[in-house]
Order: sequence, then structure tokens, then C-alpha cells
Amino acid sequence: MDFTLTPEQTAFRDRVRSWLKQNLPEEWVRRLRAGSDVPRPEAYDLLRQWQRKMYEAGLVGLTWPREYGGQGLTFMEEMILHEEMALTKAPLVLNVLAIGMAGPTIIAYGTEEQKRRYPARMLSCEEIWCQGYSEPNAGSDLASLQTRAVRHGEHYVVNGQKVWTSLAHVADWMMLLARTDPDVPKHKGITYFLLDMKSPGVAVKPLKQFTGDAEFNEVYFDNVRVHESQVLGGLNNGWAVGLTTLMYERLALGFGLQVRLRIALDGLVELARQTKKNGGMATQDPVLRQKLAQLWIDTEVFKYTGARAVTRLLKGEMPGPEASTGKMLWAEGHQRLQELAMEIQGPYSQLMKGSEWAVAEGLWQHTFLRSRANSIEGGTTEIQRNIIGERVLGLPKG
Amino acid sequence: MNFGFSDEQELLRSTARKFCENECPSEVVRTLMEMPEGMSPELWAKLAEQGWLGLIYPEAYDGMGLGFVDLTVLMEEMGRAVVPGPYLSTVLLGGLAILEAGNEDQKKAWLPRIGSGEARVTLAWMEPSAMLGPGGISLAASGHGGRFTLSGTKLFVQDAHTADAIVVAARTASGQAASEGVTLFLVPRDAAGLEVKLLPTMDQTRKLCEVTLRDAVVGSEAVLGEAGKGWDPLGRVLDRATVALCAEMCGGAQKVLDMTVEYAKIRHAFGRPIGSYQGVKHRAADMLVDVENSKSITYYAAWAMDEGVAEGPLAVSMAKAYVSDACRRVSAAGIQLHGGIGFTWEHDLHLYFKRAKGSEFTFGDATHHRERVAQLINL
Repeated sequence: MDFTLTPEQTAFRDRVRSWLKQNLPEEWVRRLRAGSDVPRPEAYDLLRQWQRKMYEAGLVGLTWPREYGGQGLTFMEEMILHEEMALTKAPLVLNVLAIGMAGPTIIAYGTEEQKRRYPARMLSCEEIWCQGYSEPNAGSDLASLQTRAVRHGEHYVVNGQKVWTSLAHVADWMMLLARTDPDVPKHKGITYFLLDMKSPGVAVKPLKQFTGDAEFNEVYFDNVRVHESQVLGGLNNGWAVGLTTLMYERLALGFGLQVRLRIALDGLVELARQTKKNGGMATQDPVLRQKLAQLWIDTEVFKYTGARAVTRLLKGEMPGPEASTGKMLWAEGHQRLQELAMEIQGPYSQLMKGSEWAVAEGLWQHTFLRSRANSIEGGTTEIQRNIIGERVLGLPKG
Repeated sequence: MNFGFSDEQELLRSTARKFCENECPSEVVRTLMEMPEGMSPELWAKLAEQGWLGLIYPEAYDGMGLGFVDLTVLMEEMGRAVVPGPYLSTVLLGGLAILEAGNEDQKKAWLPRIGSGEARVTLAWMEPSAMLGPGGISLAASGHGGRFTLSGTKLFVQDAHTADAIVVAARTASGQAASEGVTLFLVPRDAAGLEVKLLPTMDQTRKLCEVTLRDAVVGSEAVLGEAGKGWDPLGRVLDRATVALCAEMCGGAQKVLDMTVEYAKIRHAFGRPIGSYQGVKHRAADMLVDVENSKSITYYAAWAMDEGVAEGPLAVSMAKAYVSDACRRVSAAGIQLHGGIGFTWEHDLHLYFKRAKGSEFTFGDATHHRERVAQLINL
């Protein structure tokens, strides 16, 4: 057991640290305090520039092969990078779905042509990706999706609808799961397509969430033609390909989630230090102290459980039981953190942006509301528990 | 970075697991826990033979010279088998106090004999006030002419009834800070004026005693380390013992999870295995999360002890706070998911449930350690 870095890793850390120091404008950190959560629409342009800068410094796609635009490094460097980003409160890149999911899946399943065409432009943020999985009638039960793709010569013609599609309104490409064979069991008739969002017949309609933002969308397909060369991983093999994406999602997002949780926690401690409660400092209230300390512990536990998972990956082993728990833990931890932010603010928690009495310009109110989605998006907590129960503990399916 | 165990440590794990399965299956646990001693001379001798009684002591004192990460592996396996007896009290409390505070003569006199199984030493620090900090040490020791007279009561003393000597934390001076004026004395079990009473405990596998000192007189050679400066080494001992206890708790919790998952696969209700119902499956998943997280933070704390990093005490308190809560949840869920059978004396679950409950309040519960975390992060 050894938490020390090799000389090469130390050099990498120092390079990242000094680069962040020189290139992360204070102004951005202030404006992007919501970096503790997913990017808000008004931050997209800033984040696009930010990703471009990181890309030019060789800090995006660390674990991707060099021939596809990556840096050919290990998860260790990825972890160091994220640790440093947390320390400096640096925002995450904009193209998260491409880098966390689409890219690794194309690298795993793509034809050589696909691998040369797409991943590099994800890293540079030239092309933004969104994920076309969920449908109005296929959420947790994703395999029952109904969007149809019917073969027509060299093309497939797509009709149907996706929903909860983050970034669709700015995306150039979509990871699309569509049904290509309705006559076989539901998992066996799905194909994974790489869909050009500018194709005729694609309509994106913003979906206003209960935060008031429209970060999600509905996407409608009306006779959208997709060339057969845009199939990823083979006809009717979309379920396996899609699951790979989700596996990468959990893995890659794990690093990002840890950063976000740490940044949010530091913000919360700061909030508590600045808040008076019953005439004294909130940090001196024994009950709040207990809750703050517990969140601190949970954040550290999350980090070390992640470190055990990374160790297995670095040794070339399969992810162990500890790897499956990250998404769920983060969702519950972050929700508790946001609840505590409200508790610390007390009656002030009711005031939104626009009121001069609002705490921190109403930032926490937004992140609090947004956090309710954490246990739904990217696989509900109930589905995560099913996965842990069935695939890790080996309990029978219901 | 490598947050995993070495091949040698994995070998220690499999050796320890086999040892516990062969030498300390649940029938043995049940026999031993009914005995006042809580341990048989035979099993103790076998533990000594393995070298495990001296695992963490330096080779200069005939120990194996291994660290806390190595110890973690062994403690997990002993917790898995809910091994009764004075391992924690002798190796991690009494012995470690001698190692941390004692002079060369004291270490040479005791540590090799502890490692060989010939001698047992425990530590008496908590008093009826149940205060955990230095302020809780009020047992009076007054010095006169190179001798000390000790008077007072110690409570929750593990295995004092079978110890050859007891390290007693006493107050020799009331300084300005509570941590000043604490002195550790190595008092022979048969010292005049020292009385030990075995207490009936919920967890029968861990024996707790009341130790009363009525004008017990010891010479200055009984002082461990420097008079008045005992709190620092005592604090280090308690931190280290806490990490070892956390590891033992992780092992117990893993076993409860294993038993529960096995049962959920074979027990049928309404025509299918209960583990196929989400009400059961989801609770089992939560148990896994608790167990894995407990291990993560415990391993980190063990590493921090070995490396002596500045964050060590914080790591210890994070671990004990997390593991105390997690193991309580896991052992309770194990009983719930087993249903009625889990509530019987015959089933082993109650051994783990009671051990978890006792361990929760040993060396400070989650609330205590969360407050310590709050202090250490300057909240």
C-alpha cells in the first residue's frame, strides 16, 4: 500500500498545478462556482473555451490512445489531474458526455475510420456530443426503447423521440440507441448509431426543469436518414455497446464526481463559517458540526473507495465491488450536502437570485434544486442498487 | 499509488482465514465465550506460534516487525471469525502502551513474553465517568519517597481478569491542561490493593472488567515512560488500537454480508428466492456499500499509522466514525433480512451483532469521532 507518487507522476502533478495556476482566471472560478454541479446554459461558452485551453495543454483525454488524439497515459494521471482541479476549483470540461462516454465507446467498438474521425474532435471541443438513450416510455427499463430505425438501401430511417437529453441544443452528434429489429427479444434488436444532429428531421425542443433552467431537451426524429457507416459495433448489437458506454460513464464520471463533491463541500464549509446561527457561528452549533464532519468523512470515503477501484484498474484487474458504488454514493452524498446548505441558511434558503437578501446570489438554491436529479440521471439509485445486488452480490433477478 | 494489498499480505489473509476456520469455528467461539477467560491456553499458544501476538512489535523485541496495514489483514480475518479473547487488549493496548511509552528495560522485559504468549497485559484508562479525553483520567496517584500510591476505579477494562499486568493511566498532577499530569503505571495483576471484577457484558466474546485500586503501592520502576507525560503515548496507543478495531469490525461486517447474501439466495418466499425482491436486494446493496466504504477508510487509516503522516489522527477518527455507524447498520440489516432465524441464539448472527454494538462504543463512538474530525479540520 503506497500513496506516494513516482517521480514521473510528481512531475505531471507539478506541471498540472502550475498550468492551472497560470491559466485558470479568478473571474472564471467566481462565475463558475456552480462548478460544484453540472454546467448551466449561461456557462457553455466559457466552458467551451476552457476545454479548448485544457486540450491545447494536453490535459484532455489523458487515458485515450495517442493515435486518436489522446495522451496515452494511465488512470493515475487522470486521478492526479482531477485532484488538482478540485484543489483549484477548476470547472470541468463542457464536452463531458463525449469524453466520458462516446469517445471510449468508439475507441472500444469503432471501425478504424470511426476512431480516426470522431475522438480527437471531442477532445478539442470542436464537436459536442449528447446521449440519445432515454425515451418517454424507456427510462430505467432502457431496453424497451421504441425509437425505430428501418433499413432503406444504404441508409436507416429513424423515427421516434428521446428525452432528458442534456446538451442536445448545442450538440453536433448524438449516441443514438434505436430499435432495428422489433421481432426479437427487446435487448437483441437495438443498434447504436452515431447521429449527426444537423441531419434533416431532427428537432430539439428545450425541456424546462423545475430549477427553471432548460439544460435538458426532448429530441424528435422525423424520417431522419442515417448512413449504415454510422452504425457503431454492429447491427443489433447496440445493447452491449450501450452498456459499455454506461460502464465508462461510471468510471470516468467517478473522477469528475469526486471533484464536484469536494468543491461543493469546501463551499459548504465556507458558507457555514460565514453564517450566524442563533447568535453564534454556524460552525459552533454542535448538531451542524456533526453533520458537516459527516459530510467531510463521506467525501473522503468516496475518494478512497475510488482510489481502491483505480488501483485495480492500474493492475489490469477487473473493477471490484468497490467500483459499483460510486454513482449512488455521490448522488446521496451530494443531496445531503445540498440539504445541509439549506439548513444552514434557515429561512434565507427560501430566497432566490434577484433578492438582495439571497445568500450567495441564490447559487445554493439552484444547486439544491438541481441535486434532486442526481439520483435519477445516469441510472437511478434504485437501478444502481439492482446492479450491485445482481452483478456484484449475485442475487437473483426479480 | 497502490491502494491494495501486497502478495505477502494476501498470503497472510488466506493463512489467517484458514487458521480461523480450523481453530476457531463458531462452536469454539461459543465454548470460549461461556468461559470467564474467553480464551483457551491452546488457542492462545497457536496464535503465538503463528507469530501474530508479536506481529507489530519490532524484531528487537522478538516481534515480526510488521505494520498496521499487515495487522489490518489479520484483524479483518479475526473479526470475520469473531475470535474471542484478549488479542486486542494484550497486543494493541497493554503491549502497545509498553512499546509506545516504556523504557528499554520494560520493553525487553515484556514484549518478547507477550509475543510468545507467556504474558498478557491490558490497559485501564477509562473510568466510570466514561470520558474519552485526558480529562477523564482522574484516578489519583500520589508519589512519596520513590513510591506511588494509586486509588480509584477503572471501568470497561478489557481482560483485566486474565492479565499478568495492567497499564493504569493515573493522574499524578493537576496541571493547567488535562493532558498534563497523566502518568502510565505498569501494575502487576497481583499487586496488593488491586481488585478485578469481571462484568457481565452484552458481547460475551469480549470480557470487560472493573478494576479498583485501593491504596495500591508501586515503585518508580512501574512508571511507563516519563511521569506526567503519559497522555501523548496513551493517545497514540488509543489511535492505533482504534484502527485495529476498525479492521476487526470490517471483517465482521463482511461476514454478516456474506451470510446474508447466501441466505437470500436459498430462502424462498412466495415461490422465489427472497434475494430477488428489491426490498431485500436493495438493503443488501446498501450493506455492500457500507462494508466497502468501511474498508476504504480503515485501510487508509492503517496506512497513515504506518507512514506517520500528519493526517493520522484525522484518518483514525474518520475511520471510527464511519465504521461505527456502518457496522451497526450492516449487523442490524443482517438480522432483519434473515427474519426470525436471525433472532435465535442458535444462529451466529447475534455474535456479530453484539460484537458490532460493543465495538461501536469502544474507543469512542461515531458522535465522538465526528466532533474530533470537526476539531481537526478546524471547523
